[in-house]
Amino acid sequence: MSDLIQASSRDIDGPLLELTDVTTHFKTARGLVRAVDGVSFTLDRGKALGIVGESGSGKTILSRSIMGLLPPRGTVRGGSIKFEGREIGNLGRKEMRSVWGKEMAMIFQDPMTSLNPVMKIGRQIAEPLQIHLGMTKQNAWATAERLLQDVRIPEPKRRLEQYPHEMSGGMRQRIMIAIALACGPTALFADEPTTALDVTVQAQILDLLGEQRRDRNMSLVLVTHDLGVVAGHTDVIAVMYGGKLVEKASTKGLFANMKMPYTEALLNSIPKLEDRSHTRLSAIAGRPPDLVNPPKGCRFAPRCPYAQPKCQTEEPPLVPTAEDPNHLYACWYPVGSPENAEIKVRLAASKGALAAAAGGN
Amino acid sequence: MAGTGKAHLRDSPDVLLRIEDLVVEFPVGRTGLKVNAVSGISLDVLKGETLGLVGESGCGKSTTGRAIMQLPRPTSGSVQFEGTELTQLTGDAMREARTRMQMIFQDPISSLNPRRKVRQIVMEPLNIWKRGTDDERAKKVDSILEEVGIDPVRAGESQPHQFSGGQCQRISIARSLVLDPSLIICDEPVSALDVSVQAQVLNLLEDLKAEYGLTLIFIAHDLAVVKNISDRVAVMYLGKICEVAPSDVLYESPAHHYTSVLLNSIPVPDPEVAVTKTAIEGEPPSPVLPPPGCRFNPRCPAAQDICRSEEPQLRPVGEGHFVACHFPTVTPVELAAR
Ligand SMILES: Nc1ncnc2c1ncn2[C@@H]1O[C@H](COP(=O)(O)OP(=O)(O)OP(=O)(O)O)[C@@H](O)[C@H]1O
Ligand SMILES: Nc1ncnc2c1ncn2[C@@H]1O[C@H](COP(=O)(O)OP(=O)(O)OP(=O)(O)O)[C@@H](O)[C@H]1O
Ligand code: SF4
Ligand code: SF4
Ligand SMILES: [Mg+2]
Ligand SMILES: [Mg+2]
Repeated sequence: MSDLIQASSRDIDGPLLELTDVTTHFKTARGLVRAVDGVSFTLDRGKALGIVGESGSGKTILSRSIMGLLPPRGTVRGGSIKFEGREIGNLGRKEMRSVWGKEMAMIFQDPMTSLNPVMKIGRQIAEPLQIHLGMTKQNAWATAERLLQDVRIPEPKRRLEQYPHEMSGGMRQRIMIAIALACGPTALFADEPTTALDVTVQAQILDLLGEQRRDRNMSLVLVTHDLGVVAGHTDVIAVMYGGKLVEKASTKGLFANMKMPYTEALLNSIPKLEDRSHTRLSAIAGRPPDLVNPPKGCRFAPRCPYAQPKCQTEEPPLVPTAEDPNHLYACWYPVGSPENAEIKVRLAASKGALAAAAGGN
Repeated sequence: MAGTGKAHLRDSPDVLLRIEDLVVEFPVGRTGLKVNAVSGISLDVLKGETLGLVGESGCGKSTTGRAIMQLPRPTSGSVQFEGTELTQLTGDAMREARTRMQMIFQDPISSLNPRRKVRQIVMEPLNIWKRGTDDERAKKVDSILEEVGIDPVRAGESQPHQFSGGQCQRISIARSLVLDPSLIICDEPVSALDVSVQAQVLNLLEDLKAEYGLTLIFIAHDLAVVKNISDRVAVMYLGKICEVAPSDVLYESPAHHYTSVLLNSIPVPDPEVAVTKTAIEGEPPSPVLPPPGCRFNPRCPAAQDICRSEEPQLRPVGEGHFVACHFPTVTPVELAAR
């Protein structure tokens, strides 16, 4: 891996990305959709952040809000987004154009629809290099070939001359990554980059993203609904529910000391290889909240096994744990707390009573 | 002779479906070349059993499922279902047989007619087959909708796009059940769903299977999902079967090198474990010109000369456990006995 285009390693103190109370709402006929509702966090340089949550929790809209890739009409934005200390939350598409590619790049879930089907792969990679970095055509194509090598595409020279439909889904996603990496972005946003791919290819792509991040000293934001995907490939995890950030911690800290009942439920719903076959999965009952009329109090309350009357009326604030100031959660009765243990005992007792009543018939 | 052997086929009166030497080829334009999508596989499924079919994209899982339904008819081989040879059936007999087998697909929304009301979509097969009176049809549809957790009243008023992906998959499942099939082929039914909805749908399938005495073929690329729902799993690679085993055995003692690769690819929701795993290199070879010998040999860490010339046949390595590999990671029964 010789002369990569390195992430611009400007020595600026402070975090790479700083979000304060970011909101993104959409005006619709039904009312205001609160897709992202008051999210704050910071991301350090060179780190990988996982954004996790169910479908509709606001993961994509949050990353698009940071990238400035939102529909122009009917979108109501609030809060502050600072990138390398500079406010970008209020920039329009035109001003963001100078940021895209060089500062931030994004890869999407479906590599087929995001590649141009009638343009050769080579040109799709080389053109942004000519435009953004002012390379000559010859230089840009040589760089494109090296990029394909970096993302482990065999026979890169031949592939440059091909069209997207001549490649497998996994290869197309590699091409997308090559395009995203082309201008040496400081931060790469990958929105469900492997959801359309099978598990073997998913493992390859995740390894590739990790390797490129380390080699280029780039930050990575990995968006997914699967906690398994982020476990081995991120430093920090942010869990979203109903447009809100409900837990954030170092990846190790999160798995070792999960606080949010929602995070626990997400983890429990994944089938585990080591469980016997036909092990009943613990699905989360019900559906994600309606973002036009979100539930009062804690948004997870209607589906939370531990919900108490207080949860239905008062919204829990995002607070740090006693042990780790960087581990944040928003819950009145967090997993592992004495209050939660007490609720668990009561739940078990009433379940036992139910079973006894049923058995007595 | 094509085929990876039949040592794993069972001689039981409970066999509901038996596939032998199934071959499916597709022509490549007018080049005279062909895609070897399925190359001589044999499988059986007992009544009430769930068979998992797992493997990388393009290995022929869907083609196998469709060939069982005779959609399209296989290039060669035999498909016996409920004692009838399907490859010989035509006309009404074929149509009738198809009502006994149903298929559920990956993309729940686009597999439902967007212009019709959901309740009508579920009722349609009953109308086509003129089963029962209007009253009986309505009763049946409503009870099945309740069963899969869809409100029949809402289903009567709404179109598919007004439901979530998970709900649409429940609707597809309801529709597949109305004709009382004995076999349901589920082709990646949960791959497009997020983990929490996936868990709901998998649990639902388990419940319905028990309640209706169904037999399932469950196709997916994620071995953790397949293991959860299946009694027995067949691992496919590039149109061939590599390994067949009871689900728990496959996980505890995988015998084929490719099965290990699949197991290693599952993302583990545990940061301590996850970091030690590395992905396999390379892509599967083209099914137009599959490699001679063992089709996995170009990517196999254990490949020897014989793997490049001689195709391994399925042979037993344990109770109900069969592998097609010259150098399996579990000692074959005939060698262990020596
Ligand atoms: N342009 C829009 N107008 C109105 N609502 C929208 C718009 N875009 C997104 N939404 C809504 O905002 C919410 C968050 O959507 P988002 O795409 O961020 O979810 P997600 O977490 O990425 O889900 P998925 O896992 O399905 O991709 C959803 O309820 C969605 O329906
Ligand atoms: N109608 C067709 N014409 C030509 N080739 C086909 C056709 N259908 C499938 N194939 C090819 O046959 C092979 C097997 O495809 P199949 O869809 O069965 O794979 P699969 O295991 O279901 O993969 P996936 O996980 O991507 O669904 C592939 O190489 C595919 O491109
Ligand atoms: S605040 Fe209450 S409802 Fe919300 S997650 Fe915590 S226990 Fe559950
Ligand atoms: S037969 Fe040879 S190439 Fe094939 S899996 Fe076994 S050891 Fe590997
Ligand atoms: Mg999304
Ligand atoms: Mg398929």
